[in-house]
Amino acid sequence: MTAGIDLGQPQAQSVRSDEDVVRVRQLVRAVAVASKLSLVDQTKVVTAASELARNTLVYGGGGSVEVTVVDNGRRKGVQIVFADSGPGIADLDLAMTDGYTSGGGLGLGLSGSRRLVDEFQIETSAETGTRITVTKWSR
Amino acid sequence: MERVPILKIGDILLVSIQLDMSDQTAVQLQEDLAERIVATGCHGVIIDITALDIVDSFVGRMLSTIASISKVLDAETVVVGMRPAVAITLVELGLSLNGIRTALNVERGMELIAAAHADELDYQLDDDLDAETATP
Ligand SMILES: Nc1ncnc2c1ncn2[C@@H]1O[C@H](COP(=O)(O)OP(=O)(O)OP(=O)(O)O)[C@@H](O)[C@H]1O
Ligand SMILES: [Mg+2]
Repeated sequence: MTAGIDLGQPQAQSVRSDEDVVRVRQLVRAVAVASKLSLVDQTKVVTAASELARNTLVYGGGGSVEVTVVDNGRRKGVQIVFADSGPGIADLDLAMTDGYTSGGGLGLGLSGSRRLVDEFQIETSAETGTRITVTKWSR
Repeated sequence: MERVPILKIGDILLVSIQLDMSDQTAVQLQEDLAERIVATGCHGVIIDITALDIVDSFVGRMLSTIASISKVLDAETVVVGMRPAVAITLVELGLSLNGIRTALNVERGMELIAAAHADELDYQLDDDLDAETATP
């Protein structure tokens, strides 16, 4: 499954179609397994990645995802960066609220995925688009 | 695009999701199921998600929508086989599977549907009796 992937290097996946969102899930799962995350933590980080990659596609107009194995000396983890050059998020507090959606969604993608990971960082502007970095550590 | 197969077993439609579905595949399944419910007149739908290692907001919403559509078409939907890690993650994500009945496995799901259908028949029978006694 992970054959042919050098997990020492960041893995990139472009996000241009909903098939790419499937590929992001598979890539994140492979890296989560390699980082020795528990089954529940694997499930959480793959679910968060699915939400954020779909936002990159739907609201960011497409973009890219980069997945890296990180090591803080004590624990291993998975770090994922979602980047697009879309319109950015004008009201971040509102967007991070449970249930807020500007489309026809449930409005759980951003707020829910923040709960599912250990670290969640977001940079967004109309000029540069949106860049979200999340990290999940092994226990 | 891949399609999820729908099997008819007696009075029940069984959908066993075996692949990591793209959003398009999920939407297609919704439409295919609605058509099959009408075409077959089945009163129950079982969606087996044993093989799914995640359920995100999109698939969660699809399951709720299928449950609502089938209700309107006089069929009961039961989702079976949810993995424990998936259930834990769903709750933390904040997804409430509104209106969705769940059961441990396909057998239990079939029992649930049979019971729901029997209740409904009873109810209709009661209605008929009431109607009879009410008319002079
Ligand atoms: N990458 C992005 N670029 C621009 N806007 C975004 C981006 N990601 C999210 N948003 C905005 O934030 C809102 C909330 O996103 P969130 O993922 O929480 O909900 P949703 O996608 O609308 O619904 P759900 O994910 O539950 O199906 C979106 O409706 C959208 O307006
Ligand atoms: Mg979303």
